[in-house]
Amino acid sequence: MDKTLKIGSHSFQSRLMVGTGKYKDFEETKSAITASGAEVVTVALRRTNMGQNKDEPNLLDFIDPNKWTILPNTAGCFNAEDAVRTCQLSRELLDGKAFVKLEVLGEKKNLFPHMPQTIKAAKTLIDDGFEVLVYCSDDPIFCQELDDMGCAAVMPLASPIGSGLGIINPYNIEIILENSSKPIIVDAGVGTASDAAIAMELGCDGILMNTAIAHAKNPVLMAEAMKEAVLSGRKAFLAGRMPKRETASPSSPTTNLIE
Amino acid sequence: MPPKLSITLNGESTTLASNKLEDLLDSLNLKNKRYAVEINREIIPRSKHSSYELSENDRIEIVEAVGGG
Repeated sequence: MDKTLKIGSHSFQSRLMVGTGKYKDFEETKSAITASGAEVVTVALRRTNMGQNKDEPNLLDFIDPNKWTILPNTAGCFNAEDAVRTCQLSRELLDGKAFVKLEVLGEKKNLFPHMPQTIKAAKTLIDDGFEVLVYCSDDPIFCQELDDMGCAAVMPLASPIGSGLGIINPYNIEIILENSSKPIIVDAGVGTASDAAIAMELGCDGILMNTAIAHAKNPVLMAEAMKEAVLSGRKAFLAGRMPKRETASPSSPTTNLIE
Repeated sequence: MPPKLSITLNGESTTLASNKLEDLLDSLNLKNKRYAVEINREIIPRSKHSSYELSENDRIEIVEAVGGG
């Protein structure tokens, strides 16, 4: 049997983590999340709408923080200071829970992480007692640095956020995995089930995704597909794939042929 | 009439009749909701909401969780 996924002080059975953005409504969000089997669910923090609709439901009325582990993100932050502030607000919002997804973006078009600011924010947050799951570029040296400084999990992108392009550079992911002492979670860029399976077959400890499920034609069905893909990919990794060869190798006996 | 207090709430200028944070939160119908309050970039823990007094020109942020990835 597979061992549990340990991230900081937390342990999880599921290796799939999912976002809550881009869904039609909170009902669909909850149905998809339930179907995915994910235990960790990301949320963003934004100003409360002070408009007229005071009975507007809140996301956390649908996604019960006692049932799922809520992982607040710092999406939309472009410098370390804003990201740290967002994490501190999330800790207050979630009764002192200090389990966060740090993302500091460098620019708005491709949403690549700003690594110097990411490292700066990670240091401040770790010193302040946060367990930091850090979204980062798929650069092995940066990933090593984040691992060494004490991030709870290192989360390199597969490809740009929301692009659905899959793992653009599996060789980098392999190098990152070779050197890691912390869970490596592929975050962003997964488009369909095979992308998730490939990430798990490479040996990644988990996957975080949002758009691949939320923007599928049938999000709930895709959530199920992703759940199965992550399980299949993980099992294939643990089983150890056969070596690749350049010529055929018959599967049936080559002796005692009927002549 | 008590003097009115000018504050900024989530980026919008507004005036309040009471200087009690609790009165503001009540008026926003936030009871039973999860939110966090920051005033002048300092987080005000939930345990202090009932005793906190607002001052002129305070910049108040009230945030909640929304869908995100």
